[in-house]
Amino acid sequence: MQKVNLCDACSKEKGVQDPTGFALADLLLGIGAAEEIEKGAPTQKCPVCGFTQSDFKKTGRLGCSACYVTFSEGLGSLLKAMHKGTEHVGKLPQRAHREIELSDRMRTLTDNLQKAVADENYESAASLRDQIRQLEAELTPS
Amino acid sequence: MKFSNIMASGGEWLRGEGPHHQIVVSSRVRLARNLRQRSFPGWAKKAERTQVLELIKPRVEELPEMQDSFSELLQDLSALEKQVLVERHLISREHAAKSVGSAVVMNRRQTLSIMVNEEDHLRMQSIRSGLQLKSAFKLVDKVDSTLESKLDFAYDSKLGYLTACPTNVGTGMRASAMLHLPGLVLSEMVNQVIQAVNKIGLAVRGLYGEGTEAMGNLFQISNQTTLGEKEEDIINRLSKVIETIIEKEHDARQVLIQKKSNTLWDQIGRAYGVLTFAHAMTSKEALNLLSIIKLGVDLGAFPEDRRLPIDELFIDTQPAHLQKSSQQKLNAEERDELRAQIIRDRLRVFPKPDISKVARESGNDAASEPPNQ
Repeated sequence: MQKVNLCDACSKEKGVQDPTGFALADLLLGIGAAEEIEKGAPTQKCPVCGFTQSDFKKTGRLGCSACYVTFSEGLGSLLKAMHKGTEHVGKLPQRAHREIELSDRMRTLTDNLQKAVADENYESAASLRDQIRQLEAELTPS
Repeated sequence: MKFSNIMASGGEWLRGEGPHHQIVVSSRVRLARNLRQRSFPGWAKKAERTQVLELIKPRVEELPEMQDSFSELLQDLSALEKQVLVERHLISREHAAKSVGSAVVMNRRQTLSIMVNEEDHLRMQSIRSGLQLKSAFKLVDKVDSTLESKLDFAYDSKLGYLTACPTNVGTGMRASAMLHLPGLVLSEMVNQVIQAVNKIGLAVRGLYGEGTEAMGNLFQISNQTTLGEKEEDIINRLSKVIETIIEKEHDARQVLIQKKSNTLWDQIGRAYGVLTFAHAMTSKEALNLLSIIKLGVDLGAFPEDRRLPIDELFIDTQPAHLQKSSQQKLNAEERDELRAQIIRDRLRVFPKPDISKVARESGNDAASEPPNQ
């Protein structure tokens, strides 16, 4: 990956000023990047920020964090070519830590509830249902 | 803290006290973060950028690490002041081009610098002297953990931290070290090293980052990828590669001393002569010659206590520092004159190179050969 800084004269010479003739995304992210993202969502517009794939083609940057969802299809193969892996294995924000913890607990509770219902152990099922409701309230931000 | 305070003190990393400081000038780690549901700075309208700035800046200023900090909106800094910060690697060239809606906050020691609304909403950078990537990471990681409890960072369980450019997604981390490699350059081996480093997914760049030329035999090595690898693993991998390059540089210097000593002394003598007597000098020429003098100090041809004045000249002779210290705007010709004058003044008390003081094993910490074979 290489970024190139062009002066006015060179950019004219290379046709950078004509956005249709030149994809900055290709230059910044490697040849084929612009095409790749186009493949995924030809006419799509990000519902959060209004960014389109042609904007990506021009700038090589995305509009907002929601663009990663909007253009996920095209981005997938782009990221795969660009990085070591396709999934983040590094730092988790504390908030994400907590969400994972809560969703793990939710899964356990739901499993137990199903088991309790199957065993016709209604007393325990009622208690589990209460716990699930409480957890749901915690998971939905107020 | 005022801008004049920044000018007055060189910043911790410039004092060159970190491990392997002869070869590793500085280590930097930066993290990119963004707020959820907000347009990235490059796409946001001015009003939204200002909103984001107002959300982030107070949180940054109240960090315990930022007590006694320098905090400034980019529109309140002159072009020259911005350039001074670029020359000290405290802001990026890209950030220097920003105005309304962007800010920079840094601590007094100049070890921590946070850019608001650069390419991402937040770019947090720690810079240390010598090879200290781990401690640089520790500092930004701590700052990041404090800020995330107060700001809603864009994070995806699969892709990690979401950034404006897909090349930064995941950890949002770029770790880099600035290496001084005159031995490898003089023995024409540096391209081989660069190619090998590129092959294993690390990037090598010039003095001021992407797309800049290598001057003064200074090279920046950094990680290229940010997704699919843990922060600590990236830093360990990078540190190991840098340690290998340090060894190669020491080896190259020993080979030069043993097999091409005349070329080496000629280079050092010429650099000393030109720097001591020239009356006009471009910053590129100054960097290249100062690099050879720095090598001379490393090898023992100049006394060790001459190291700091040389290291300081690397920064003080940069165009913006020159103009800021003379308190006037200078054209290129005037700058070249002033630069030569400053260097002459500082080298007036500098002893002549003494090659008899050069030890075969130059007293460096990474011994490459046993003494007295």
